Amino acid sequence: MRGTALATAGLILSLSLITVSGTTSHAAMHEHGYTYRYDYWEDVQDSPDVFAVTASYTSADLALDLKMKNPQGLYAHGDNLYICDTGNNRIIELVRDETKQLSVTRIISSFRGGNGVNTFVEPTDIAISDAGNVFIADQGNARVLKLTADLDYIMEYGKPDDSALDQGIVFQPYKIAVDTAERVYCVARGINKGLCKYEADGSFSGFVGALPATYNLWDYLWKKVASQEQLARMNSFVPTEYDNLYMDYEGFIYAVTGNVKEEDLENGQVTAVRKLNLIGNDILVRNGDYDNYGDLYMGDGGGHQGPSLFSDVTVFDNDTYVCLDRNRGRAFGYDDQGRLMFAFGGNGNEDGYFNWAIGIDHIGTDLFILDQQTATLTAFSLTEFGQLVFRAIEEFDHGDYSASGATWEEVMRLNGNYDLAYIGIGRSLLRQERYREAMDYFEIKYDDENYSKAFKQYRKEWVEEHIVWIVVVILALFLIPLGIGRYRKIRHDIATADIFLIDQ
Amino acid sequence: MEQALTWKDKAWWAKYWDSLKFAFYCMTHPLDGFWDLTHEKRGTMAAANTILIVTLIVRIMKLRFTSFIFITVYWEELNIFLYLASVLFPLALWVVGNWALTTLFDGKGRLGQVYMATCYGLLPYPVVQLPLMLLSNGVTVDEREFYTVISALSLIYAGILIIAAMGQIHEFSGAKNLLFTIASLFAMLVMVFLLLLFFSMITEGVSYIVSLVREMLFRM
Repeated sequence: MRGTALATAGLILSLSLITVSGTTSHAAMHEHGYTYRYDYWEDVQDSPDVFAVTASYTSADLALDLKMKNPQGLYAHGDNLYICDTGNNRIIELVRDETKQLSVTRIISSFRGGNGVNTFVEPTDIAISDAGNVFIADQGNARVLKLTADLDYIMEYGKPDDSALDQGIVFQPYKIAVDTAERVYCVARGINKGLCKYEADGSFSGFVGALPATYNLWDYLWKKVASQEQLARMNSFVPTEYDNLYMDYEGFIYAVTGNVKEEDLENGQVTAVRKLNLIGNDILVRNGDYDNYGDLYMGDGGGHQGPSLFSDVTVFDNDTYVCLDRNRGRAFGYDDQGRLMFAFGGNGNEDGYFNWAIGIDHIGTDLFILDQQTATLTAFSLTEFGQLVFRAIEEFDHGDYSASGATWEEVMRLNGNYDLAYIGIGRSLLRQERYREAMDYFEIKYDDENYSKAFKQYRKEWVEEHIVWIVVVILALFLIPLGIGRYRKIRHDIATADIFLIDQ
Repeated sequence: MEQALTWKDKAWWAKYWDSLKFAFYCMTHPLDGFWDLTHEKRGTMAAANTILIVTLIVRIMKLRFTSFIFITVYWEELNIFLYLASVLFPLALWVVGNWALTTLFDGKGRLGQVYMATCYGLLPYPVVQLPLMLLSNGVTVDEREFYTVISALSLIYAGILIIAAMGQIHEFSGAKNLLFTIASLFAMLVMVFLLLLFFSMITEGVSYIVSLVREMLFRM
């Protein structure tokens, strides 16, 4: 749809235009601030910060005896925050007090009971069920442990018992999520058939939500003619693996993958983030102007190139979700409609910048991001702008449309370039049945779907109001030519009538 | 001898108006119409130019007045002259390419006549696109297909008219006409290639002289 105006020009024209004008420089990648988003034209629009750093915690700040080494997992449960200190084979439990300060409450490095080793080797994730049981992805020991809240052994989950799986591979559970019925979903390294799903009784019940295999036509044709040696060197068409998952408050699983290629993302063959329902279908809403894969500009810079590589995701209770890009150290927030709300961050050592962002989670509306390389936990809170955006979304969700519209107006006052504010006002006007006004807001930001919803109603109202005139005009269009014809015929009949010819 | 009419004569305007109306006859009766266009001298250059200008105006108006559901314009990067060139440049290539080829193979049409007939053939574009432009503001995304189909039909219609026109003014049979239509398209490609070559040669040549002069300046 976009650019159809110029698309008709065709090959000849485009060739000639290059000659005439030289290569037209497309909206060049320009420097942008800490927080930004992409507009309809995929241009960067700077934005006020949505999240601001409130604190950052290193091992020293947390008064740890042993420095964190290579931490790979971050999990929030209630007011507790868990860091998987993978390199030190332990898990650190933190608690957040009323002043939003984090402090260590216990260090989990072993458990009681079990048959065999009761310590961890490179634990990479932890999850806690509603019942309070603790699940740990004990990667080095090839098991997922289920422990009580007091760390007594209950059971463990091993390699999926599935004939389709190569029995030679070592089970490496990497990330886990637990639902209310204590079913365990596990992302395991080297398994690309989807998430391993275990029932509450510990039995493996299958794979869910596999990512489709991607290949392009050229690769496909090339494989048809390639020799055995060439085939051996080429990548095979296999589904990609997930990198992380998050169980949202409704029990849907958000899963991200960082095994993505630029061209697959751009032609929609791969989805970097998915929302899986119980049977593993992707039900993520994608109403944005572009797909949800982080940065749209993938230029080289600062030693980083290619697309955003998502390493983690977290979902707020208003269905907005934040994906973490380990490539450029950025966080991308999307709303429930799949529209980009904000992107912030970058590579570096200052507060709010990351070297290797590996984990993201939230308590309330506070965001925590874990950096694997610097072993630092950074805490973020909503700014005034961010609070307004969140409030507007929540008010809309609760059906308080006029309040939502008013809040979006305030958002717009703080950032006149914020597309979502215009669309938000439009949506609230639409719900208030003020269609004509809503249409204007949608048109400004090129939201054709919502515009059409408003326009359809407006058109209906207009026709109902003017139905008399419409009927009159249509009748007139038929009757006037008919009348003129009739009149002419009568005139003609009179002119040629016999009685008038007698005198001549 | 008939004296050449100018726009100051009343008869010129009558002829102009008649030839403009004749474009609509050509639209509905392409074979008969385009034969008479040149052989009966029913068409005028002035009318052909008018149709072309109206086509260009409609094309520009579409950018602004079509509903944003169908056309969104990045105004910051729009160059109106390049945009007009998207019609004029292929048109010029087509006229020159078609004439250059057909004149070698018994084509009866002259360069001016090829241009005139092609412009007459463009008529469906403004005739269909102008109302469609207004209509586009009355539809929703669900009814998008109506617009795209009708819009595409107007282009196909214009294409058919131009092909038919070429056959009539060159006095070609149907098969020969199709052959030369395809050949003309190839001629356009060849011309584009030559133009590219020419421009890059010029650029090279200019930069050579520039560097030569610069070198001399350094040494003086």
